[in-house]
Amino acid sequence: MEEKNLDGGRRKFLLGATAVVGTAGVAGLATPFVGSWQPGAKALAAGAPVKIDISKLVEGEMLGPIPAWRDKPIFVIKRSPDLLERLNSRNDRLADPDSERIQQPEYAKNGTRSIKPEILVLVGLCTHLSCAPKFRPKIQPEQFDQDWIGGFFCPCHGSKFDMAGRVYAGVPAPSNLEVPPHYYEDESILVIGEDDKEKV
Amino acid sequence: MSGLQHSVKNMMNWIDARLPVTETYEKHMSKYYAPKNTNFWYLMGVLATVVLVNQLLTGIWLTMSYIPTAEGAFASIEYIMRDVNYGWMLRYMHSTGASAFFLVVYLHMFRGLMYGSYQKPRELIWILGMLIFVALMAEGFLGYLLPWGNMSFWAGQVIVSLAGAVPIVGDSLATWVRGDFNISGITLNRFFALHVVLVPMMLLVLVFLHIVALHEVGSNNPDGIDIKKNLDDKGKPLDGIPFHPYLTLGHDLPAIVAFCFLFAIVMFYFPDGGGYLIEAPNYERANPLKTPDLIAPVWYYTPFYSMLRAATFPFLGLDAKFWGLVVMGGAIVLPAVLPWLDRSKVKSIRYKGMASKSFLAIFVIAFFVLGYLGVQHPTPLKTFLAQICTAIYFAYFLLMPWYTSVEATKPVPERIPIK
Amino acid sequence: MRGLVLSFLLLSSHLYGAGSSSPYPLDDVFLDLTDKESLQRGARTFVNYCMGCHEMKYQRFQRVAEDLDIPEEAMMSNLVFDPTKKLGSHMSNSMSVSNAKQWFGNVPPDLTLYTKLKGGPEYFYTYMRVFYEDSTRPFGVNNLLYENVGMPHPLVHLQGIQKKVCKDVPRIAKNGGEMREAITGRPLLENKCGDELVKRGVSPLELVENSGELSKEGYDSLIYDLTNFLYYSGDPSRLERQRIGGFVLLFLAFFYVFAWLLGREYTKEIH
Repeated sequence: MEEKNLDGGRRKFLLGATAVVGTAGVAGLATPFVGSWQPGAKALAAGAPVKIDISKLVEGEMLGPIPAWRDKPIFVIKRSPDLLERLNSRNDRLADPDSERIQQPEYAKNGTRSIKPEILVLVGLCTHLSCAPKFRPKIQPEQFDQDWIGGFFCPCHGSKFDMAGRVYAGVPAPSNLEVPPHYYEDESILVIGEDDKEKV
Repeated sequence: MSGLQHSVKNMMNWIDARLPVTETYEKHMSKYYAPKNTNFWYLMGVLATVVLVNQLLTGIWLTMSYIPTAEGAFASIEYIMRDVNYGWMLRYMHSTGASAFFLVVYLHMFRGLMYGSYQKPRELIWILGMLIFVALMAEGFLGYLLPWGNMSFWAGQVIVSLAGAVPIVGDSLATWVRGDFNISGITLNRFFALHVVLVPMMLLVLVFLHIVALHEVGSNNPDGIDIKKNLDDKGKPLDGIPFHPYLTLGHDLPAIVAFCFLFAIVMFYFPDGGGYLIEAPNYERANPLKTPDLIAPVWYYTPFYSMLRAATFPFLGLDAKFWGLVVMGGAIVLPAVLPWLDRSKVKSIRYKGMASKSFLAIFVIAFFVLGYLGVQHPTPLKTFLAQICTAIYFAYFLLMPWYTSVEATKPVPERIPIK
Repeated sequence: MRGLVLSFLLLSSHLYGAGSSSPYPLDDVFLDLTDKESLQRGARTFVNYCMGCHEMKYQRFQRVAEDLDIPEEAMMSNLVFDPTKKLGSHMSNSMSVSNAKQWFGNVPPDLTLYTKLKGGPEYFYTYMRVFYEDSTRPFGVNNLLYENVGMPHPLVHLQGIQKKVCKDVPRIAKNGGEMREAITGRPLLENKCGDELVKRGVSPLELVENSGELSKEGYDSLIYDLTNFLYYSGDPSRLERQRIGGFVLLFLAFFYVFAWLLGREYTKEIH
């Protein structure tokens, strides 16, 4: 059977056009398959903001790692005046004292990395390989640091963070501990997981 | 030759020296000659393949969110329908696909009956096809249990208890299939493995063999003429055309698009099919203490279900339940021996005699009637009608050696007639 | 062939009640899922009167709020009464199985998929309007659609009390026509009750005047909204599905033009 090329141009055009439309169809068909992998209502519900009552928090105390937000442990610390005083005294030892790397919302890019100076909210995961750092609020020489002014120590590979969650220079962790979006609904209710809608 | 064409040619040479890609493509597509007179009935094979791909893809995606336990299954279906993005679409593609699969396969098999596609030398293609049919029925049944709705449970109960109809070993067999003394989560777990892994693998192997066997002898055609008998000077059948692009783009592509259009109408606007595609009792969780008003299988099993119920009396010392199983099972597997029942010298119904045409016609009517009766409550009159239709169904096959040899047939032309 | 199968599939199941053997005819109801106010009223009725006993545990509050255009705060303060529930929680209740069995004989069914289970919204719409007084029953009510149902009538103070009565209906002659008095032309009446009335297309129930807070139309409207909400809950993606379906069909029709033209290029060579 010979291929008649009488309408060779027409045939080529139709082949091309059909292929283009067909490709669009395939893309449309792929949509439910690819789209179904995006987090659905169940993940979004589990990732919903968490409300914590901080009225009973004592100075120097940490609440955490429960309740978690998006399956991540949360630390809520009420810093004592003592700790706050020492907070920015050794910034030369820190890798990112001004929180240049975006590990916190805009409203936490300050000297205390928080909205209220005394309440610190952190994601309790070491920025190295996600171990849980230990809370070390006591201002005293420690085995891992003779000049310890309070903060967090990660036992896995020895990373150190200050009392605002800022990482020390010369440790495996590359960045400051993450501050999650949060706001204060009122004096005693802290909402973790979203920014204050009124201020946005 | 342009630079790009040159590179592609080199790449293909490299691959072909290691894996026969071009050779296979030519053998099965661009240089595979198929009859030039194939019609609507010859589209069902490619459509079945399209549906198979649909079932595999949507099935895999559903498995990502489905929970295969009695406790979690029903809720996980609603999770898919509500929480998973486009989950409802995947679910309905899969459920509509199951019905589409059987519709296409029944039409595909009917083509075989009409044109004598099962006759020599295509007996093995036909037998492989019958194996695919049985595997497909199993796959559909196994899949229906997975949502763990009330109809899932009771359909499982009824069908597995069929195993109990086997004399002597029946009860042990039913218990063995269930893994429990009643249909339970244990049954569900194993049916999940069978439905998702074992039977799909079997289906893929069987479909592969089915197509390879077909390509070995070549397609039949509506006139039942052997196109390989008349070759041109290059050895190509005079009445044949290369499968690609003449049949792939000429017939199959438009057919696939049209099929998708009809599929989309059902899937987007009538996914429950008025209770015939997704049965209403399945919208509540499996409840061993609450039997649905009417236990009816999904539409594609109803003809055979009718036959099962039509066996109402004991015979030769064995109870009706056993004979129901025999009749139903026999009806499903009997078509496999068609190549040896059909004694006609002629393949296609176009050239067969009045007897064949009449028997085929009443066979089809009986099949539809049986299907309709399968979703009805049994009454004495309806049961009697089912018995008549079952007899007609079997008569079509069992009397075939006689009516195909005595009837007068028309002479079959050497070449495919020009319209 | 396809047409045959499609019409077979579209044969609706008979619209009859199936609680027991009473074939009480179902009323038609034409719902509008785009009427969000109706759905909101239905949701309100549901959580206030039904959810204590009937869960909708496959549905989340969040989805209802989103689909019905209810703002989050309004949802949480007006429609979520359980303080342990969040917006993303499922609409379940705290009735224990053992308590339910003790009080009602059986666990009140989850209603998320109820209209799908009953093959459509007609059953529920009818059911909620055919409760009647029956002192022989534990809760003092019975139901024309579901004989000896174990459910009380939580909306009786809104609907009012319905009583099963006998009514005078025209006598029917052998040829099916209404029998009339010879001179006046007035219909000849006979007193019929229960199923006999139903056969004539007449309701066997009578509402006691002013026994309910709502008028008959008001109650029917309430039940319409409630049915609408239940119908929505059975398949919340229904509208989106139909919308996307329209685009898919349009695309396929468009694609078919090209596929057909291309196909003809090759088939014209064959013949």
